[in-house]
Amino acid sequence: MIVVTAVDIELAVLVLAVAAWTIAARQAFPAVVGYVAYGLLLSLVWVRLYAVDVALTEAAIGSGVTGVVLIGAATRLRGTEAEAAAEQPRAFLRLAAAALCVGMTVALAAAVLLMPDPAPTLAPEAVAHLPSTGLGNAVTAVLLAYRVVDTMFESVVLLLALVGVWSLAPDRDWGGAPKFPRPAGQDGVLTFFAQLLPPVGIVVGIHIVWIGADEPGGKFQGGTILAAMWIIAMTAGLVDAPQISRCWLRLVLVAGTAAFLVIGVAGFAWAAGFLAYPEGYAKPLILVIEAFMTLSVAATLGMLVGGPPQQELRR
Amino acid sequence: MNEFLFATAGLTLATVAMGLFRILAGPGDVDRMMAAQLLGTGGIAALLLAAAGTGVRGAEDVALALALLAAFASMAFVNSATSNSNADDPEGADGR
Amino acid sequence: MSVALNIFSIIAIAAGVFFFFAGSVGLLRFPDRLTRMHALTKADNLGLGLVVLGLLPRADSPLGALKLVAVWLLVQLAGATVTQLMARAARREESAPRSSP
Repeated sequence: MIVVTAVDIELAVLVLAVAAWTIAARQAFPAVVGYVAYGLLLSLVWVRLYAVDVALTEAAIGSGVTGVVLIGAATRLRGTEAEAAAEQPRAFLRLAAAALCVGMTVALAAAVLLMPDPAPTLAPEAVAHLPSTGLGNAVTAVLLAYRVVDTMFESVVLLLALVGVWSLAPDRDWGGAPKFPRPAGQDGVLTFFAQLLPPVGIVVGIHIVWIGADEPGGKFQGGTILAAMWIIAMTAGLVDAPQISRCWLRLVLVAGTAAFLVIGVAGFAWAAGFLAYPEGYAKPLILVIEAFMTLSVAATLGMLVGGPPQQELRR
Repeated sequence: MNEFLFATAGLTLATVAMGLFRILAGPGDVDRMMAAQLLGTGGIAALLLAAAGTGVRGAEDVALALALLAAFASMAFVNSATSNSNADDPEGADGR
Repeated sequence: MSVALNIFSIIAIAAGVFFFFAGSVGLLRFPDRLTRMHALTKADNLGLGLVVLGLLPRADSPLGALKLVAVWLLVQLAGATVTQLMARAARREESAPRSSP
């Protein structure tokens, strides 16, 4: 038992050290590398807390796709970094920021430390009603049955984020394709990698979506892996990034939200109300939503990493 | 046996965490990415060892996801570093 | 039988941890980038490989064992690709007039 505690303490100290270093780093790029390392350590923490669903999300999104977005941002901003660092904000502003941060930390610490023991939990209830959904994974039941409205709005938020990125496009490029940074000339190593990895990754991604009903996994984690495979293929130049005006692309982007809405509205007719599932049909309907959401998540994340369109519309 | 697996998980993590000093020290971005890469591999090993020691279900899938994305960040780094120095990016070009 | 398998696991995993140690020391102590990369690949290939080898007899199902081997193969592929790409990036960073920060 002592060994287990020692390793847990080691992990906690490492997470705190990397977090402190990430905040203290003076340049953007080392901070981003620290953030990627931090995400990896966090997914180890989630496994230690027996929250494998969250660990998968952190591994795929926190350390994977977010890391790539931030690396792109840091390298783009490098030219302006010296200028930005030279601008010293006024003492009052810095003190106010520090006070706000300290206040936030104290509030969070108080919320955690003052929690009643044992903490209030809905976990037994969530597990007790699991048979009525036909699912084996309580996390999936929360996301797609008990609190399905939240998940639907999350899918809307993802779409809005992409609309926000696209709105940064200059007028002349509107409707065109985003550009993935690529080294000049053909790169054999990258091509080989992008030919070998995606077939494996697509199988693993679909596997993670599929087992999500009964084991840790699900649409978000699986969809993110599929998105990563698509991004790798686009970066290596094996497939072209789609033009954002393409009809099929827009259909795939909204497919998940549309599935939510159709099944949700149909709930008025054949069940108790919006997004209620009829008796005995919960699992097949959840699988339909998950399938469409996987496609939408993969397409949206792929386009988010690509950024606003940078190539003129070709017809 | 489980204690042994857990102890080696901690040892692996401690070892690769030493490499994190390269993120601090650099000297270049390439060295920093190397340290992150080493932490990635060591993290996967520690995850597998700890999961085998405690019997968490589904930990192999987390390891698979991490292994699939192991090259993702480094690939993005190399590509954006290269294409920016070619100055074909209008925003990057007038910045310096 | 299970004692023999346990001893096998212990030896393989201990050897794997040793290679992680060697890789980290190499990353910290080796004088230039290309040799440091060389140290890195030891951890990817041998370190994780031996750990996976040691865990194989303890896998609870054939699918679990397959996943373990897949993890090792994927990390090898990633490691080989990344070191190639980064070695080139390092060479470019050194030859460029505006080198390291």
